[in-house]
Amino acid sequence: MTFVFAAAPVIPNFGGGSARFACERANRLLCPNWVSRNWSTVLWPALRQHVELTLIAVAIGFVLSTALALSAYRRHWLERPVLIVTAILYTIPSLALFELLEPLPGLGLSRTTAEVALVSYTLLILFRNTLTGLREVPAEVRDAARGMGMSDRQSLLRVELPLAMPAIIAGLRIATVTVISLATVASLIDNEGLGAPILSAISNEVFKTELIVAGGMAVLLALMADGLLVLLQRRLTPWARVRAV
Amino acid sequence: MNNFLEAFRFIGRNGQVPGAPPLPTLVHLTLETLKIAGIAMAIALVIAIPLGVWLGHIHRGSFVAINVGNIWRALPSLAVLAIGVAFLGIGLGNVLLALSVLAIPPMITNAYVAIDGVDQDLVDAARGMGMSGWEVLRKVELPVRIPLIFAGIRTSALFVVSTTTISALTGYSGSLGDIINNETSYHLSGVLGAAICIAALALIVEFALAGVQRMLTPRGLKLAGGEDVSSALVPIVGEST
Repeated sequence: MTFVFAAAPVIPNFGGGSARFACERANRLLCPNWVSRNWSTVLWPALRQHVELTLIAVAIGFVLSTALALSAYRRHWLERPVLIVTAILYTIPSLALFELLEPLPGLGLSRTTAEVALVSYTLLILFRNTLTGLREVPAEVRDAARGMGMSDRQSLLRVELPLAMPAIIAGLRIATVTVISLATVASLIDNEGLGAPILSAISNEVFKTELIVAGGMAVLLALMADGLLVLLQRRLTPWARVRAV
Repeated sequence: MNNFLEAFRFIGRNGQVPGAPPLPTLVHLTLETLKIAGIAMAIALVIAIPLGVWLGHIHRGSFVAINVGNIWRALPSLAVLAIGVAFLGIGLGNVLLALSVLAIPPMITNAYVAIDGVDQDLVDAARGMGMSGWEVLRKVELPVRIPLIFAGIRTSALFVVSTTTISALTGYSGSLGDIINNETSYHLSGVLGAAICIAALALIVEFALAGVQRMLTPRGLKLAGGEDVSSALVPIVGEST
């Protein structure tokens, strides 16, 4: 016997015919009651997971790419291979990368898989920006540091890295926003983050309120993160403010 | 690793699953993906390039042109598609609208930055030779900035191909993403095979556009050792602030 829906079933059959769920049943664009009822159980946890996913990915990506950039800064031959590999990773569409990682041993449908993919998208941006920032430190400045008796290490930590800071933070900014964006797709793999309510709303007969609210939260989160990093950039590099448009 | 072997067999069978009724072929789905991405890119190109180039030529609207690129990066594609579905319903219209909206900003920003940043001496020399504003744009500003303008086009194209496959998650059927979204019919091997195809498609599009870019770049610029091809892989917009 095959099971056939008699009629398009109403979006989760909200409490039969009660007037309380009239908005949900009509699938209006925005049902405030639905939002307030599901904020603490669906939306807020999704937002928190999304922030966690992003912070972990950006932190790991930052450590990895800074190490790579510092190595390539001293050993020029490293630059090209790292760029090629990270560029290929960056080019692979997110949907494909998540699926390609899934069958690998130890990954599967888990947060680890999501994080591995998200980290791999940050590498090219962070590596390139950090390296470019370091390379653009004027030679005279480096010579001056040397002339003051600084060792390579001191010059790097006290002179070159601070001067490269605007480029490094610009990279962090792009990487963070990129991860926030891709983490919505990661929900396909680990069923968390703001992509999860979006996907469930789609499979739930296109429940509009959830689509708009979860989608809107993802957009707002990215815009806010971008804004915060701009502020951080101004804080950390006050000397660059004069140049800013 | 057996899964990956099966995935290549799936590709070899052109997307058919043994014992299942005929499914859309991989070739068909790949062409469909390219078609949707191509239409969206065409719409976006027609709007973005003239606008960005014109703003750059008259050196106006830097705030808008630059910030449009910054805001663009903050737009999660799945969220944009989802919000589009809520307003327009599932369908090609929503997908094309979302894709075009996502493709326009990097092209505007790059075209603007490219033309706005043309060496003023070059423009003055062209003016001195008696060129009109239009001629300066066509014969000087555009040719010397082809690589940078094209970098924006490549960023958008890659993004559009990637987002076209994501549109499957929002219920739109007609791209390689369909297979990934339908593990029940295709099994893991099919999903993997589709993922391999999507990755290959993105890399091929990227290399093809890099080739076109090299063809369009005036010979003089190439001799001067201008733009490194690999440098355009990352959105150049990111360097504006």
